[in-house]
Amino acid sequence: MDPRDFWGNRTKSCLCLILLFAVLLGFYSNVFSLIPRRQTEKSQSSPEAHHVQGRRESLTLSEGDGHLDSCRIPEVPRLLYPKAQLLKPSRVDVLVMTPWFAPVVWDGTFDSALLDVQFRNTTIGLTVFAIKKYVVFLRLFLETAEKYFMVGHKVIYYVFTDRPADVPQIALQDGRQVVVLHVGNYRRWQDISMHRMEMISNFSRQRFLREVDYLVCLDVDMKFSDHVGVEILAPLFGTLHPGFYAADRQSFTYERRPLSRAYIPRDEGDFYYAGGFFGGSVPEVYRLTTACHQAMTADQAQGIEAVWHDESHLNRYLLSHKPSKVLSPEYLWDERMLQRPPLLRKLRYVAVPKNHTEIRN
Amino acid sequence: MHCLRLALGLGFCLLLGITLCSLWMYVENWLLVSYIPYYLPCPEILSQYPQPKLLEQKPTELLTLTPWLAPIVSEGTFNAELLHHIYQPLNLTIGLTAFAVGNRYTRFVQHFLESAERFFMQGYRVHYYIFTHDPQAIPQVPLGPGRRLSVIPVPGPSQWEEASMRRMEAISVHIAKRAHREVDYLFCLDVDMAFRNPWGPETLGDLVAAIHPDYFTVPRHQFPYERRPVSTAFVADGEGDFYYGRAVFGGRVARVYEFTRGCHMGILADKANGIMAACQEESHLNRRFLSHKPSKVLSPEYLWDDRKPQPPSLKLIRFSTLNKDTARLRS
Repeated sequence: MDPRDFWGNRTKSCLCLILLFAVLLGFYSNVFSLIPRRQTEKSQSSPEAHHVQGRRESLTLSEGDGHLDSCRIPEVPRLLYPKAQLLKPSRVDVLVMTPWFAPVVWDGTFDSALLDVQFRNTTIGLTVFAIKKYVVFLRLFLETAEKYFMVGHKVIYYVFTDRPADVPQIALQDGRQVVVLHVGNYRRWQDISMHRMEMISNFSRQRFLREVDYLVCLDVDMKFSDHVGVEILAPLFGTLHPGFYAADRQSFTYERRPLSRAYIPRDEGDFYYAGGFFGGSVPEVYRLTTACHQAMTADQAQGIEAVWHDESHLNRYLLSHKPSKVLSPEYLWDERMLQRPPLLRKLRYVAVPKNHTEIRN
Repeated sequence: MHCLRLALGLGFCLLLGITLCSLWMYVENWLLVSYIPYYLPCPEILSQYPQPKLLEQKPTELLTLTPWLAPIVSEGTFNAELLHHIYQPLNLTIGLTAFAVGNRYTRFVQHFLESAERFFMQGYRVHYYIFTHDPQAIPQVPLGPGRRLSVIPVPGPSQWEEASMRRMEAISVHIAKRAHREVDYLFCLDVDMAFRNPWGPETLGDLVAAIHPDYFTVPRHQFPYERRPVSTAFVADGEGDFYYGRAVFGGRVARVYEFTRGCHMGILADKANGIMAACQEESHLNRRFLSHKPSKVLSPEYLWDDRKPQPPSLKLIRFSTLNKDTARLRS
């Protein structure tokens, strides 16, 4: 063949080569980036499956899980702190561990410095709902949260509101931000309370999974009055309701009508958990809120509403899915309604006085 | 002709690339662990159990929670039946490694396995891994249903210390080769001991350590840590939580792999510097548990020395040293 043809051939093969190389590059980069994406997708699939007790699924552990237990055991650098005495229990007046090995978090049972180091790369999301007139509680809530909640860690406040303009501007520390999520409202306060579950569930899947490791779901008509830190973080945690920590299971205000999905018989139940303070890793909170929302929807179809709304459903869920940590009533108290007992050394998160009838209309 | 060869070459490259890619994916994901849900699912039909009493008045003599909120397991802190109902449906397989390297140790295997058959993880699938230089010396012990035994040959010891220092390496290699596929949890125990009472799912955790029976009443500056700064197992004077025993540790198989590998790296680094830690492997184990705190700690009930008198704070001894004199009489 003549020289010109030869060069033409060579150029064509070079071009082919470059084209194929580009295709291969694109193909392989997609394959490699698909691996982590596939893992996070898998961890979100089939929430219903976790209703079935003890079903084990094959899931790769994604980085987004953020369980302290499921991630690598965190390495702690050299730290000086007092040694724990094996023959000296930290608290003798209260139960510090449930029979299924979940710690009950009281003052004196934990070392904050140690835990802060173990959780140093953790981002915590805080969800709070300020619907209709409840926006007035935001200022005090956020200001006290800046002083006491997860100080020194990265925090994202997710404020769900129907009035974004009324969300106050608060001076925030480094590494902390407020994200305002505009949502609709409901006529009845019971509906607003119950739909919190649905909204947390939706946003968990849409954004929380990517942005935070742990979620803490709180009531807004409260304020922080003492340290609330990473000692609360666990794959799934609930808080003891201040009115029932000393009560027998028969007097817990569980939903007692068998027709409801939140039904708990009189001879069952560990604790009465409060609906205003629960949380865990994002996947676990997603499962909890999805399950509660589905149960509430099923109840609505049957024409029944649980006696304490989302709190009843939360208790039903936490009976069958035992939390990995339980927070003592230090973490949720109402000074006006209850006499403070000596076993509560600190009050960390307390109710703000409010006029119920005025605020709920 | 030229084009054809080019096409063939490129096709070959593509094939090679795909093979390498799939190999990479396999290698990257070999540590695939099954998801064990972190809430503890409780079956609907559950036999009644008493309500946990929050305002506990009975004096608990032992600390039940470490300062980093890890449970300390002892009799009375847990409800065995409740835990059994929770863990049984998970279809777990628990592995147990024991090293019988050296003629002094192969004699203990029979009693170890017999007591394990009586008390260790009753009702669960169990896989024993006995590491030995002499597979013939391992007796045939009848095993219950769902329980199996594998004998892993390892090179014989030239020195006793050599053998004990290689344990971490042997365990991590074994996990990488096969245990990660066969078991969910793995416990690494000493063979010259025996089970005395039930050892059940209360011991399962991500990374589990046991407190050494000789040092649980002793202040930290008296712990036999390695005190020479040149060693990788060095622990300074004001540091230390508990002194953990080398005879019992375990956890999820992936965590045990990381732990044993970490210890092995430390041992190798020391060897390169010509130093051997004060308590050999135990020093490295303690150093590692100081920076990677266990998620569950077993009280000395789970690692006891029978020569010591049992204190009232320990209610039920479950695993303890076999009195070596009686062992000699037995064989």
